[in-house]
Amino acid sequence: MAVSQETIEQVNSVSEKYKYGFVSDIESETAPIGLSEDIVRFISAKKEEPEWLLEWRLKAYRYWLTMEEPDWAKVNYPKIDYQDIYYYSAPKVKDKPKSLDEVDPELLEVYSKLGIPLKEQEVLAGVEGAANVAVDAVFDSVSVATTFRERLEKEGVIFCPISEAVQTHPELVQKYLGSVVPYTDNFFGALNSAVFTDGSFVYIPKGVRCPMELSTYFRINAAQTGQFERTLIIADDESYVSYLEGCTAPMRDENQLHAAVVELVVLDNAEIKYSTVQNWYPGDENGVGGIYNFVTKRAACRGVNSKVSWTQVETGSAVTWKYPSCILQGDNSVGEFYSIAITNNLQQADTGTKMIHLGKNTSSTIISKGISAGKAQSTYRGLVRMGRKADGARNHTVCDSLLIGDKCGAHTVPYIENQNRSAKIEHEATTSKVSEEQLFYCQQRGLSEEESMALIVNGFCKEVLQKLPMEFAVEAQKLVGISLEGSVG
Amino acid sequence: MLEIKDLHAEVGGKEILKGINLTINPGEIHAIMGPNGAGKSTLSYVLSGRDGYEVTGGSVTYKGQDLLDMDPDERACSGIFLAFQYPVEIPGVASATFLKTALNAQRKFRGEEELDAMEFLKLVREKSKELDIKDDMLKRAVNVGFSGGEKKRNEVLQMSLLEPDLMLLDETDSGLDIDALKVAADGVNRLRSPERSALVITHYQRLLDYIVPDFVHVLADGKIVKSGDKSLALELEEKGYTDISAA
Repeated sequence: MAVSQETIEQVNSVSEKYKYGFVSDIESETAPIGLSEDIVRFISAKKEEPEWLLEWRLKAYRYWLTMEEPDWAKVNYPKIDYQDIYYYSAPKVKDKPKSLDEVDPELLEVYSKLGIPLKEQEVLAGVEGAANVAVDAVFDSVSVATTFRERLEKEGVIFCPISEAVQTHPELVQKYLGSVVPYTDNFFGALNSAVFTDGSFVYIPKGVRCPMELSTYFRINAAQTGQFERTLIIADDESYVSYLEGCTAPMRDENQLHAAVVELVVLDNAEIKYSTVQNWYPGDENGVGGIYNFVTKRAACRGVNSKVSWTQVETGSAVTWKYPSCILQGDNSVGEFYSIAITNNLQQADTGTKMIHLGKNTSSTIISKGISAGKAQSTYRGLVRMGRKADGARNHTVCDSLLIGDKCGAHTVPYIENQNRSAKIEHEATTSKVSEEQLFYCQQRGLSEEESMALIVNGFCKEVLQKLPMEFAVEAQKLVGISLEGSVG
Repeated sequence: MLEIKDLHAEVGGKEILKGINLTINPGEIHAIMGPNGAGKSTLSYVLSGRDGYEVTGGSVTYKGQDLLDMDPDERACSGIFLAFQYPVEIPGVASATFLKTALNAQRKFRGEEELDAMEFLKLVREKSKELDIKDDMLKRAVNVGFSGGEKKRNEVLQMSLLEPDLMLLDETDSGLDIDALKVAADGVNRLRSPERSALVITHYQRLLDYIVPDFVHVLADGKIVKSGDKSLALELEEKGYTDISAA
């Protein structure tokens, strides 16, 4: 019960500090419902943040109040009441399942289809007291996990929750937080800046090649992600890091609105490979429940020859609104975007990227694979902008859409803005359907209808799946099949 | 092995098969010949269970079971293999992956151990060598950019890996030059055994020089109008379908 005791103390201290205290909620681990300056102050105080960060949050909040929720995306959802959301809740102690026996069997079935080890399943399902055990399961022993941490420290890599980084490396956080996605950027970004509760912080020092895929480490931590995540990754000169966010296992979450912000900063000759597997609860086949995933992800390639590669496999959420982008400022910098977005039943996804070419000889590649099944709607929305000084800049875009059945939709909305005559921009787009002929051919060789569909769709996505870190590529392939279950017949 | 009784089937509301009777015993090779539109391909699709080919009467028994009650993949796993007249392209799926997935699906169905990557590779290399198929083809996406000959050879390769009990060959000779035809026929002949049967659908007698049938049937307007031994094929070649059907 250590956590709740701590919370009570926290709330007590906050209550004394501010005149609109939370006296009635002292027993609770959740801040009162709704959003106000007091809530922003409460969150900041809970995190024991320095004054500058509180000020920044408050500025973001005040700016957010002046903004309108965007409505240009091709998605429909009921109006969100921002005063009907809890913006802070401490990790829940009660109501956790005691063992896997108490977990939704449907969820367990998916875990087993993905081939996730039992101990790890416990963590993902939120079984009480499973976290420490699961580290063992993944890394064989606690000592291995410790070795990982020691190795990272030895190389000078900083990898910790962003709230911890605020305390331990305030100079880095202050310098870079909001430098890629300022709080004025967009509605959901501003909201996140005001109320973010946690997320990850990574700093790779000069000349260091991160000795491991941070995915390996992150996988377990990912199970605890919050509603308003904030991630900041800085790759200093000549450094490299590969980072994987999310998990192939489906996540149930009571919070319907997720508005994360991810900022990447890449300096001279550095590279960040950022992979995402997003499998939040998509709602049931009638579209009830499901997460709204409104994310702002952006990378600033500030240095010469810097490189960012975004790879995403988006299969979850009821509504996805997400455009991982690259600002190619340094000369010769490279931006890549590889995306698979699968929508089934009543899911909606409006996703794509922005490649902003500012430096000379910058180049970008976009490969987007959108799959729609059931009554789902999937939109690729992408911007390629060649700035005036972007001499010799190049972009190559391929947008492929695959339709399953005749009640779904796929849309491609490319925006191209060119201010430089020497820039080259190529755009290819195709739309195809999974044919009855293909399905029959596979079935005639012994595959079930669903296996056939999974095989065909995986083939369609191959170029993107190949970009994922090895260990996740296999799970992602299985995930593609699982996401499409019920889409045939 | 296979017993077809008074089989009627329609496609898009139009009756194509109008009462087929045919019995195939283990080890026998039957050839079905006939003019365009006689229902040859329809027969192969009905037997393999393709959607849209609706059986309106009669029965088909395969290994003592009601074949028409089985799903297409169930039929495949029980040993029915259709070599397609027009093999289908599956972009992004390497031929090797496709073959391994299919083979393991069938092995699993039969309660056998699935093959791991190494065992599979060994097996597929052996089989492709026999059919003069280069490793390169296994890495390419299924049938994508394959020449007509490569597509047909790929069908025979799949067949020799999956080792079916009943082979349905739908105009395997179409689009093949004589050398490719010989290689494909060799592949089929290598699979001949006292337990394995085949139904060879073809327009021309030429294929039957290489895959020598035990029985030849003439299909015209949805019915078998004449049956005989391999000499019937020669007779057909000489006289054409019109004469035979009328006779």
